[in-house]
Amino acid sequence: MKNSFVKGLWKEHPVFRQLLGMCPTLAVTTSAVNGLSMGLAVMFVLNFSSLVVSLIRKVVPSQVRIAVYTIIIATFVTLADVFLKANYPSISKSLGPYVPLIVVNCIILGRAEAFASKNTPVKAVMDSLGMSIGFLWGLILLGGIREILGNGSFFGITLLGPGFEKWVVMVLPAGAFLVLGLLVAAMNFIEKRKTKVKVL
Amino acid sequence: MKELLVIFISAVLVNNFVLTYFLGICPFLGVSSQYESAIGMGLAVTFVMTLASSMCWMTYHLLLVPYGLEILQYVVFILVIASLVQVVEMFIKKYSPPLYESLGIYLPLITTNCAILGLTLFMVIRDYNFLQSVVFGFSSGIGFSLVLVMMAGIREELRFSDVPEVFKGAAITLITAGILALSFMGFSGLISS
Repeated sequence: MKNSFVKGLWKEHPVFRQLLGMCPTLAVTTSAVNGLSMGLAVMFVLNFSSLVVSLIRKVVPSQVRIAVYTIIIATFVTLADVFLKANYPSISKSLGPYVPLIVVNCIILGRAEAFASKNTPVKAVMDSLGMSIGFLWGLILLGGIREILGNGSFFGITLLGPGFEKWVVMVLPAGAFLVLGLLVAAMNFIEKRKTKVKVL
Repeated sequence: MKELLVIFISAVLVNNFVLTYFLGICPFLGVSSQYESAIGMGLAVTFVMTLASSMCWMTYHLLLVPYGLEILQYVVFILVIASLVQVVEMFIKKYSPPLYESLGIYLPLITTNCAILGLTLFMVIRDYNFLQSVVFGFSSGIGFSLVLVMMAGIREELRFSDVPEVFKGAAITLITAGILALSFMGFSGLISS
């Protein structure tokens, strides 16, 4: 049980290790706040759809399972989208079409197919909780780095004084690719060091 | 006519789906290691995008809007796309086996390609009419294929270069994409927004 929760946090991290859910990861992380709200939206959708998929896993015939999962996911995404539009219109606006695009986020369909459809509800929720927390910290890290370098601030609070020359490219699309590429390389480096230490 | 041309240039070069909206990144990273498969994937996506934009436009404006069911658009769009991909697959299999051979494995993947759903959402948000939607769908597909094929070319060259161990695989691909995105920023002056 503990293992299904923990593996999403680092060992099978959805963004840095499995490279899933790339579109929201790259697109909305122009600031830490956007990363946080996207992460929370994905957390909501992922956990509830995993729960439902796991509950109905014995009822759904396997030929139509993907279609059924997609409809379940789309329903929860619609809920999240309407909730954001009603309560946080400014966040909803800055996330734009990327909230509805959670429907086709491979993390969610991937977890439904690979884990929730084969495990008990409690285990499925533990798994998706771990995955979504992993996704959340990945987004905040990426958004934070891009916001600090590109805008000199973190969560909207100015960190670096007016003398700081902003790296505008970091908040542009190209910056997203570059920062994520470097982060993936950094993760590889840490993992490699870890295995080296074990061998010694 | 001029308006359609602007949509075309904007979707292919200026607001490229992959490099500015980050849509379709999964196939972009997954299928771009070989030239032939990149071309196959690009063709399949362009084909489905053109069809999906027209089908979804009709569903949205002739079915959902008259009955006030806009809230169902995500569920309906994904169903339309999934069934469209299925129909296209069966059709090609029956009438053009050689084409099926070359596109076959990429077609099912397209359902979960966020570029297709993203395309239909942008079409609704920007309030395009029917003709504009079709042009938008087609040119987005062309833009996607262009970047995919360029990336495949670069990655084939990369195989012969000495990449540091930790950068191998995804990391160097992402950084290459970043540099590609930087160079595409040069097109941004083509259209004044």
